[in-house]
Amino acid sequence: MSAVVEGGSVVKPELVCPAGSLRALQMAVGAGADAVYVGLKDATNARNFAGLNFDDAQLREGVAFAHARGARVLMALNTFADARGVDPWYRAVDTAVAMGADALIVADTAVMAYCRSHHPQLRLHLSVQASATSYEAIEFYRRHYGIQRAVLPRVLTLSQVAHVVRLSMVDIEVFGFGSLCVMVEGRCALSSYVTGQSPNTAGVCSPPSAVRWQDTRAGVEARLNGVLIDCYAPDEPRGYPTLCKGRFDVEGRRGYAIEEPTSLNTLAILPELIALGVKAIKIEGRQRSPAYVEQVTRVWRAAIDEAAGSAGGYSVRPEWNATLMRFAEGQHHTLGAYDRPWR
Amino acid sequence: MNAPWKRDGSANVPAGLPPPLEAIRDIVRRVVEHLPVQPPSFVLARVLDQMLLPRLPADAREALSRRIVELQITDLGIRVRLQLEARGFCVASVQGEPALRILAPAASYLRLLRGEDDADRLFFERALIMEGDTELGLVLKNTLDALGPLFGTRNTQSM
Repeated sequence: MSAVVEGGSVVKPELVCPAGSLRALQMAVGAGADAVYVGLKDATNARNFAGLNFDDAQLREGVAFAHARGARVLMALNTFADARGVDPWYRAVDTAVAMGADALIVADTAVMAYCRSHHPQLRLHLSVQASATSYEAIEFYRRHYGIQRAVLPRVLTLSQVAHVVRLSMVDIEVFGFGSLCVMVEGRCALSSYVTGQSPNTAGVCSPPSAVRWQDTRAGVEARLNGVLIDCYAPDEPRGYPTLCKGRFDVEGRRGYAIEEPTSLNTLAILPELIALGVKAIKIEGRQRSPAYVEQVTRVWRAAIDEAAGSAGGYSVRPEWNATLMRFAEGQHHTLGAYDRPWR
Repeated sequence: MNAPWKRDGSANVPAGLPPPLEAIRDIVRRVVEHLPVQPPSFVLARVLDQMLLPRLPADAREALSRRIVELQITDLGIRVRLQLEARGFCVASVQGEPALRILAPAASYLRLLRGEDDADRLFFERALIMEGDTELGLVLKNTLDALGPLFGTRNTQSM
């Protein structure tokens, strides 16, 4: 597959890395991120965990740090505004502009409309939470709200991604690495059946206040709002306590009824993604520690540089996969929906 | 609660030292686990007063306030119980269930405090176990992540 060439050189995708804290932002930029994505300390973003994210002063300092080193700051404002009041979402837009964020990652049309009318110069990226899986949907957002990039949900095959990239008039960003969610982002309300909260409204799949780990004779039980979602043997690796990744008895068999805890890793198809014309690769994990951010960013910086710089000589180095494997949820990798040999 | 570092087949024990050192560790652990909780708790409280308290944000201070946190260094048999009061970290009562209990070998604590590892990764691998109030645990984890290493600092300003 030939690489996409603009002006005589291969277009190197932007490496977009997560930052749940100012320190993580600094580590990501230091390790070679082209851009970092951040959120405020409230329900306007989809990683609304206690102690995580940025206040105004931290955001200002983070933007200054990134800009001084040539990196961009994207602010995730990607939950859906509450019907009881959209003001927190509008205020978050104003804050992002005031603090100098380079773009907003948005999902709610009300928020997009506010951005267009109040900050028409502001660059908008369509969040994965908006769940636009076709170029027709992306084109709708471009025409009506002027979005300049769309982040694709992790449910498309490589050929479907190619189709969207070929026909879209905006930049396309895809996920490169991180915990996998197969619930067609933006459409999942599964956790709300147990906890009353969902990622699209409260910014969390499993509100920490609802999670309990209990050591019992049967093993370590994970409960969500009292509902048993898994029971781990003493030496068994664990996963995030989300309802979708729980193990249940279904028709006499106990197993992962919805999805298995695993991490997406697209290092193996990176040259193909670049050749398709994907403009940005996103690393998942704003909830992870700065050590994760730094080490995963370093691997992806090296991989993108090599894949975009070598003429057919790219290969996944064992040490890259070894590093990523250490941090993978479920301790194993998948190409996810990108590769469906059974199709 | 049973001492969680006893390998009785069902105990909830994160991995610790490599096998060649296990014999030494077991001897040390057998001695240490009979020692009272107060001395190591007192020492850690004084260390945290110096290294953590001045940097602790107001929201984390409020979340931790008057909640008993128990840390167990599983490979050494050390157990400390702390509670944050207005005047600083204090030794908590040995009675009653803590709001949060964290179990990990010394190496895991060291790697986390030096900013060299990811708590979620250790959790996946069972090298770090958390029991009790998950939200309090996340506040603690995210606060420590945001603060950066409490010692052995890698200077991010030079990047």
